Amino acid sequence: MADNIQCGLCGKDATVHLTQIVNNKIHKVDLCESCAQKKGVTDPEGFSLADLLAKTNLTFESKEPQVVCPKCGHQTADFKRTGRLGCAECFTVFESLLIPVLEDMQPGTQHTGKQAKNALERNNQQSELSDLKVSLQEAIEQEAYEDAAKLRDKIQAIETLENVEVGQS
Amino acid sequence: MIESLIQSERAELTQSSKKAAPVVLSTRVRLARNLAGINFPERASRTQRRQVLSTCESKLGELPLMKKGSFFNLESLSALEKQVLVERHLISRELSESESGSGVFITKDQTCSVMINEEDHLRIQFLKSGFNLKSIWKQIDAFDESLDAALEIAFSPKFGYLTACPTNLGTGMRASVMMHLPGLVIANQMERVIRAVNQLGLTVRGLFGEGSDATGHVFQISNQQTLGESEAEILDRLGNVLRTVVDHEINARYKCLEDDQAKLLDKIGRAYGILKNVHILSSNEAMNLLSLVRLAVDFGMLPEANRSDVDRLFIECQPGHIQYAAHEDVAPEMRDLSRAERMRVEFSHLPLLNFDNLNELD
Repeated sequence: MADNIQCGLCGKDATVHLTQIVNNKIHKVDLCESCAQKKGVTDPEGFSLADLLAKTNLTFESKEPQVVCPKCGHQTADFKRTGRLGCAECFTVFESLLIPVLEDMQPGTQHTGKQAKNALERNNQQSELSDLKVSLQEAIEQEAYEDAAKLRDKIQAIETLENVEVGQS
Repeated sequence: MIESLIQSERAELTQSSKKAAPVVLSTRVRLARNLAGINFPERASRTQRRQVLSTCESKLGELPLMKKGSFFNLESLSALEKQVLVERHLISRELSESESGSGVFITKDQTCSVMINEEDHLRIQFLKSGFNLKSIWKQIDAFDESLDAALEIAFSPKFGYLTACPTNLGTGMRASVMMHLPGLVIANQMERVIRAVNQLGLTVRGLFGEGSDATGHVFQISNQQTLGESEAEILDRLGNVLRTVVDHEINARYKCLEDDQAKLLDKIGRAYGILKNVHILSSNEAMNLLSLVRLAVDFGMLPEANRSDVDRLFIECQPGHIQYAAHEDVAPEMRDLSRAERMRVEFSHLPLLNFDNLNELD
């Protein structure tokens, strides 16, 4: 019995093997007897593997790590439970989880419709700004102070422009 | 608070006599938009919700279109007022049940409403009677541009407009057309139509009630998908499907007339007779009877002008509207009496059904 399956929680030999289909996805769990008791798996009524997966830090279903959106605190489990996202930042954080969902429900995963011009411009400005800040840091580390001064002026120029725009709107 | 809306003489759905058309009752396009950098309503704290509400209230209030409208904080509306707005399709049921920090802008003519802190920060809706997809899109697109200029909208080049639910992601657009399909229901073809339409990525559902036998024979066809196709592609497909459904409906109506004229005319005649003399009337029964009267207008048995009366009564016979019109608390069973009285009064002004006009149809 060298290839005994181990309990997903404590690593002892697993004696309880559970398979449940939730939202067309197969969830598999292997547990030892005492962990199964603790998690209520042996309660034939009202046990939901999805709940167990949502409440437990260990993910049985795959190697995906549990991620948390740093902006709004939305977690992998929240996304799986509600199918919704918590803020704009979530789309970067949960992208790898979101793509398969979109493939199931949408004809494509790339937006081909109308563009929000102002929003795009702001996005571009933001990424330009963060690129400049990275270069500035590098220049300082390399003691290239002339370059650093130029970069600093550029950053200031963009930031002033932004503030003026915000002030006017 | 909503008195001025209800009393308005130019409300799109209840007062536009010129535009009421056979089969297509109304067209609606809505866009889901969120603000960048702040949690979506469901994830937002009370303070954040209030912050979004006050930002949107002041920024939207400066837009030319909204200057002609009124803003309502949902907290300041009574349960009945909210219900009336839901029945007029000006706010969603979800918004009416939302916790604090929600609001809505409604233009005077009630063609445009903007909900704040529903499932997304902003839900913009344009609604017009008749079939109007192209012109509504033009208007809502222009309004959306002004929103993009006034607020920081959450948008990504990959996913388009970012929304709380992935079902709205991309265009954030849901376009829907309300259709009156008594012919297809009577001919038992509705289920087939629903299946065919579903295969094209569109949804059909009863506007009131559920399934293929919707109350008042009113169905809503809308796009299901929002990502991977442009707005124009979605609207084109919806428009094409819609025209096909209209053709089928018209054919089904004539087929009913051909196959069993007496039976169909009997239904219509009885509906008219009941509405003229009824004393107890539920909203379901009212809508099913009104549906047959609308069909009578389409067949030429009543003047064209009366079609918009029927459309208005579709809305005014809803429980909230009956209650609101009574100006006092009315028990549900008493509501059926008020509704019946309302119908008797309305129908006393209608001319008699003219069955002779049927012969001029072909």
